[in-house]
Amino acid sequence: MEDAKKLEAFQAKIDADIKIEPKDWMPEKYRQTLIRQISQHAHSEVIGMQPEGNWLTRAPSLRSKKILMAKIQDEAGHGLYLYCAAETLGVKREQFLEWLHEGKAKYSSVFNYPTLTWADIGAIGWLVDGAAIVNQVSLQGTSYGPYSRAMVKICMEESFHQRQGYEIMVTLANGTDEQKEMAQDALNRWWWPSIMMFGPHDADSAHSNQSLKWKIKRESNDELRQKFIDKTVEQGLHIGLTFPDPDLKWNEEKGHYDFGAIDWDEFWNVVKGYGAGNKKRLAHHKEAHEVGSWVREAAIAYANKKNNIQKSA
Amino acid sequence: MEKDNQGILWEVFIQVKAGRPFKHVGSLHAYDKEMAMQSARDLFTRRNEGNGIWIVKADDIISSQSVDDEAFFDPSNDKVYRHPTFYEVPDGVKHI
Amino acid sequence: MNQNLYEYCLRLGDSALILSQRIGEYCSKAPHLEEDLAITNVGLDLLGQAENFLNYAASLKHDLSADDLAFKRKEKDFRSLHLVEVPNFDFAYVLARQFFMDVYHNLLYTGLTESKDETISGISKKSIKEVRYHLQRSTDWIIRLGHGTDESNKRVQEAINELWMYTDELFYDNEVDKEMIKIGIGISNEDLKNDWLSTVSKTLEEGGLIVPENIVYTLQYGKDGFHTEYMGYLLAEMQHLPLLYPDAKW
Repeated sequence: MEDAKKLEAFQAKIDADIKIEPKDWMPEKYRQTLIRQISQHAHSEVIGMQPEGNWLTRAPSLRSKKILMAKIQDEAGHGLYLYCAAETLGVKREQFLEWLHEGKAKYSSVFNYPTLTWADIGAIGWLVDGAAIVNQVSLQGTSYGPYSRAMVKICMEESFHQRQGYEIMVTLANGTDEQKEMAQDALNRWWWPSIMMFGPHDADSAHSNQSLKWKIKRESNDELRQKFIDKTVEQGLHIGLTFPDPDLKWNEEKGHYDFGAIDWDEFWNVVKGYGAGNKKRLAHHKEAHEVGSWVREAAIAYANKKNNIQKSA
Repeated sequence: MEKDNQGILWEVFIQVKAGRPFKHVGSLHAYDKEMAMQSARDLFTRRNEGNGIWIVKADDIISSQSVDDEAFFDPSNDKVYRHPTFYEVPDGVKHI
Repeated sequence: MNQNLYEYCLRLGDSALILSQRIGEYCSKAPHLEEDLAITNVGLDLLGQAENFLNYAASLKHDLSADDLAFKRKEKDFRSLHLVEVPNFDFAYVLARQFFMDVYHNLLYTGLTESKDETISGISKKSIKEVRYHLQRSTDWIIRLGHGTDESNKRVQEAINELWMYTDELFYDNEVDKEMIKIGIGISNEDLKNDWLSTVSKTLEEGGLIVPENIVYTLQYGKDGFHTEYMGYLLAEMQHLPLLYPDAKW
C-alpha cells in the first residue's frame, strides 16, 4: 500500500510546480500513466514518419524534398527523445517496441489516414503538426521532468514544421485550378481527423481528471481543441479554402469558434484498429524491425568482441 | 527467442562553444562508443547546437538518490553567498 | 555557354541526387531508430550537394532551374553513376553502396577543391567536410558488420561482391572529363582509382572481408546516358508530379 503521507507530499510538490524527477518517489499510477502517455507519444512520432515518407520520393521540387526530409528526420529525433524520456520510468525501449508490435500500445490515430496527394503533406504539416504543437506547447509544463524537457526541445525544433505545411497549402491555393482542388480536398479529408487528435470530450475522457490533478496534462482536451480551431480557421480562410463543417462559425459572445459534432464512431473505430492505415503502418514498422534484426545482432556481437579484445590487451 | 536488443543507453552532454560548460541534452541508444558518438552528433547537433560532445554510458553515472538527498544537498543550500544575486550592487553599476 | 562545363556539373549533381533519392526511400526502414536519423543526415547532405551543382549547371543555361534539371530531364540526359541507381536491397547494400561512394566522393571533392572554376571548388570545399563524416560512419559500419556475426559478414560481403561490377565506372573519363581536365576545371577519375582501391581494400581487410576480383563487365555507362534498368522506375517516381502537372509551380 502506498503511504498516504508520501502521496500527500507528492501532491504538494506537484501543486508547488516542482518537477518530478526519475528517482523521486511517485505513485504507481502516475508512473503507469506517464509510461503509457510518453510511449504513445513516441510511437506517434515514429509511425508519423510513414505517411510523410510516402511522398518523400515524390516531392515535386528540390527545396520541398529537402525540407520534408529534414522534417521526417526531426520526427525520428523526437521519437527518440520521447523513448528516452519514457525509459527513465524503468521500461526499456525493447519493451516499448514489443508493446507496439503486439498492438498493446497505441499511437495517434491520425497517422492511420492515407496520404493520397502532395497536398496531404501540406495538410499534415499545417493541421496535424499544428494540432500536435498546441498539445506539446501545453505539455512543456508537464510535471514529469524528463517529459517536460523533451517537450521543450521538441517544441523548439517543431516550429518550422507547421510553417512548412502551411507554405505548401499557400502555394497550392495560389496555384493552378488543379492545385487548388488538391489543397481543398486535403483540407476536407484532414480537418476532422486533426480535431479528433485532442481525444474525447472532457466529459468522456477516462484519464483526464487525474492527469490534470497530477499536472501530467496541463489543459483539457476540449480547451486545447478550441485553441487549435481558433487559430487555424483564420489561416485557412486567408488563403481561400473552406472548412468541411457547416456549423463552423465565429461566436462573438464566447470569443471562440463554434463547430459541429465530431464523429466519435469514426474516431473509436480507427483507434480500435479499423482505419485505412492501421494494418499497413504497423506491418511496415514490424517489417523494418525484423529485417533489421541481423544488423542489431551484428552490432552487439561486434561490441562484445571489441570489449574482449580491449580487456585481454 | 532472445529478447530484442536496442543497444546500450548513453547520456549526451554538449558544449555550445569553447569555454562553456557541457550540458546534458538527452540520451540515445548505441551499441558501441563510436556509434554513440556519431549518433550524438547526428541527433543533437543538427541545428549547430554545439561543437563539443561528451557521451557517458547511463549505467556509469552515479546519481544521488532523491529520497535521501536532504543530507546531500542541504548543506550547500544555506550558502547563498555562492550565488551572485546574494550581493547588493549599487544602482548604476554595470558589468559586474 | 560552355556545354562541357554544363555536362560536368550534371554528373557531379546527378549522382548525389540519385543517391539521396535512394536514401529517401529508405526513410523509416533502418534497423535502428538512431540509424534512420543518421542515414537521413547523409541523404540531406547529398541533396544539398546535388542542389548546388544543379543550380550551377542551370545557371549556365537560359531559362532553366535546378528543379527543371532534376524533375523534367529525360533519363537519357541524366549523368548519374550506375552504382547510385542500385536499389536498397537490404542494409548491407545501402551501406556498401554508401561506402564506395563516400571513398570516391572524398577523393573527388578533395581533387576538385583545386578546380580553376571557383564555383566548383567552392561547392567541393563545402561538400568535403560532409563527405569525410559520411566516410567515417560507413567505414565503421563496414568493419562492424564484417566482424559482427557470420550472417552480417556474409551479407555485407555479398553486397560488396554484387556492387563491385559498378565500381569501374567511377574511374571512367569520357570526352567531357578529358576536356575539363585539360582546362584545369575537372580532375581525372582514372587517377583516383589507386587511392580508391587502397582505401577500400584497407577497410575491407580490417573488417575481415575480401576484396572482390576485378572483372571487366560489358557496360554502357550512366555518365554517357545509359543507365541501369532501375533508373526508369526511380525517375518515374521522382518526377511524377512535375510531369503530371507541367504548368504547376510547387
